Amino acid sequence: MKFGIQVNEGPYQHQAADSAYNFAKAAIDAGHEIFRIFFYHDGVNNGTRLTTPPQDDRNIVKRWSELAADHNVDLVICVAAAQRRGICDADESKRNGKDADNLAEGFRISGLGQLIEAGIESDRLLVFGD
Amino acid sequence: MLLHTVNKSPFERNSFAQCMGHAKKGSSVLLIEDGVFAALKGAANESVVSNAIGDIGVYVLGPDLNARGMTDEDVIDGVKIVDYTGFVELAAEHDVVQSWL
Repeated sequence: MKFGIQVNEGPYQHQAADSAYNFAKAAIDAGHEIFRIFFYHDGVNNGTRLTTPPQDDRNIVKRWSELAADHNVDLVICVAAAQRRGICDADESKRNGKDADNLAEGFRISGLGQLIEAGIESDRLLVFGD
Repeated sequence: MLLHTVNKSPFERNSFAQCMGHAKKGSSVLLIEDGVFAALKGAANESVVSNAIGDIGVYVLGPDLNARGMTDEDVIDGVKIVDYTGFVELAAEHDVVQSWL
């Protein structure tokens, strides 16, 4: 079965990012496919590679990147939400005249159409947020 | 049939009551995150849960229950405890997942 997941909250702020990760992991372990994880609103903060949590804490951003690398999960950051919050890849950085970019490995920036598509293409869409 | 997930304590927001008001016979409700407090035995909303069981499947996410200092003993009779694998199974078994936020 194909699952689509939407994450609306940032890491270390709300349990949504942990719940979504644990669900995705369990779904993959059970042989299901994660069609896409769409990060919306404050959820875009899950995609900054500058995150540096203490060593004894989970690294939520790295955990997502590893999930993408190990299981080919499509991690999509909402562009409008990302621009507001200072999350950008090299292209977005250049386009907006910024001096840096911070998108983590395995994430890509795109638009709301990707969420709609996830709703259409997935058998189930789950929303994790506040 | 629908799987409803509720992630707020019934003492904080009214999403659990709203969800139970909308949940049809044969559907299921899974309590996650702070929603697990709705499964607490002896709490004010216990009758809402116990009256619904039978018509509606009520589940609670074990790891979130344990993270809040509660065990199987603290849960209202008839509420089923599942882990994340069980969460995935419930999502797959139902046609739609409605996340009450």
